[in-house]
Amino acid sequence: MTFSTDFKFHRALFVFHGLLPLMLILVDAWRGNLGANPVEFVTRATGVLSLVFLIITLLVTPLRKAFGWNWLLKQRRLLGLYAFFYGVAHLLTYLAFDRDWQLQTVVGDVLKRPFIAVGMLAFALMIPLAVTSTNAMIKKLGGKRWAQLHRLTYVVAIGGVVHYYMIEKSDIRYPVVFGMVVVLLLGYRLANRPKPLVRTAK
Amino acid sequence: AETAGEAAELPVLNEKLTAFDDIAGYNNFYEFSTSKSAVAAKAKNFITNPWSLQIDGLVNQPRTFDLDELLKIESVERTYRFRCVEGWSMVIPWVGFPLSKLLSMADPKSQATHVAFETYYDIKQMPDSGYAGIDLPYVEGLRLDEAMHPLTLMATGLYGKTLPNQNGAPIRLVVPWKYGFKSIKSVVKITLTDKEPPITWNLANPNEYGFYSNVNPEVSHPRWSQARERRIGEGGTRETLMFNGYADQVAHLYAGMDLRVNY
Repeated sequence: MTFSTDFKFHRALFVFHGLLPLMLILVDAWRGNLGANPVEFVTRATGVLSLVFLIITLLVTPLRKAFGWNWLLKQRRLLGLYAFFYGVAHLLTYLAFDRDWQLQTVVGDVLKRPFIAVGMLAFALMIPLAVTSTNAMIKKLGGKRWAQLHRLTYVVAIGGVVHYYMIEKSDIRYPVVFGMVVVLLLGYRLANRPKPLVRTAK
Repeated sequence: AETAGEAAELPVLNEKLTAFDDIAGYNNFYEFSTSKSAVAAKAKNFITNPWSLQIDGLVNQPRTFDLDELLKIESVERTYRFRCVEGWSMVIPWVGFPLSKLLSMADPKSQATHVAFETYYDIKQMPDSGYAGIDLPYVEGLRLDEAMHPLTLMATGLYGKTLPNQNGAPIRLVVPWKYGFKSIKSVVKITLTDKEPPITWNLANPNEYGFYSNVNPEVSHPRWSQARERRIGEGGTRETLMFNGYADQVAHLYAGMDLRVNY
């Protein structure tokens, strides 16, 4: 069996590497190495990880087309689920440690702070994508409708970057780099979108 | 020594001190880095001696102090709460002297109403300062009565030691009832003036940072809730106090002012 056909090995590799950042955070937490403000660190780390996995998910199509790595497509939903997983961790960190589980204060926070509203919206859009990530749901929706629904990933990625940009006080280097990567990945799709069958005469 | 009157005005603070390593390892000093955990290493070789602090503007005795002269001014130990606008806080045992002492040595003119401060700036010593995203040198300001208030300190140390570079060595302002960014670091210039001076964060984002920037749990902020704070070294959050708990000492300075407008 060659590397490019060994689905089980790929799956194990991706599952492990997706969990690796979480394990590193937990080891650091256990050893008290998360710095003076652990809550801030974990909030930031999980938010960035969610965005990183969104970007890796969006990289699958261009990599597959450029290098013929069709095996990668079978891991894409897992990558998307990791984006959701770290998004959940990000939200839980906020609810547990920033809001102290005072959930009634979240509404006011969303209304008063636009960056939180944007983040919540991006997260909410990931929920239908995570729910429909099973084989059974693809079958139920039909491949075409499923693919259409999952283009919401583009909106989530833009929302995630805007959310990141809005929290930065003045040094915007990181969100700008993330933004440029997302623009490139979405631009690739725009440039390679299926051409209409009938062209209008000039 | 402080007079009995001055001492009586100082509140007693029975809160656990923040660990020295946290105070010296978690710093907002954008000239060196915008990463709070990176500042200490980047400021390690910052030259703080020789130093000169110039006092000019509306004073009868404009003068320049060198470091020795500043360190000769009789110092006191003051433990204050420190509340950052980002929603975290510390309890810091400062060493320093009241700013009023320094200003009196320059003899402010009667027209003076405000005090402007400026931080040292040199791109050679602060090579990452271009990424700060704020105009430098960093400037801050106070009303003269705020500057002359007995709580307002010029700090030259903490925990009985010389002030670490990352905390604003060799001399910085400490205004305990205002958000931390008002407590300007590594001061080289103090100018007495008759108008409200510009302040760096207000210039960068006027909707978020006002001239006064008094700690106020009732005035919300578009990034951070100001109702509660996270004390560094503790789990959970605690209520933020009006004027950071110094209302008895400073509330009279703002009598009749709408603090939602003058945030």
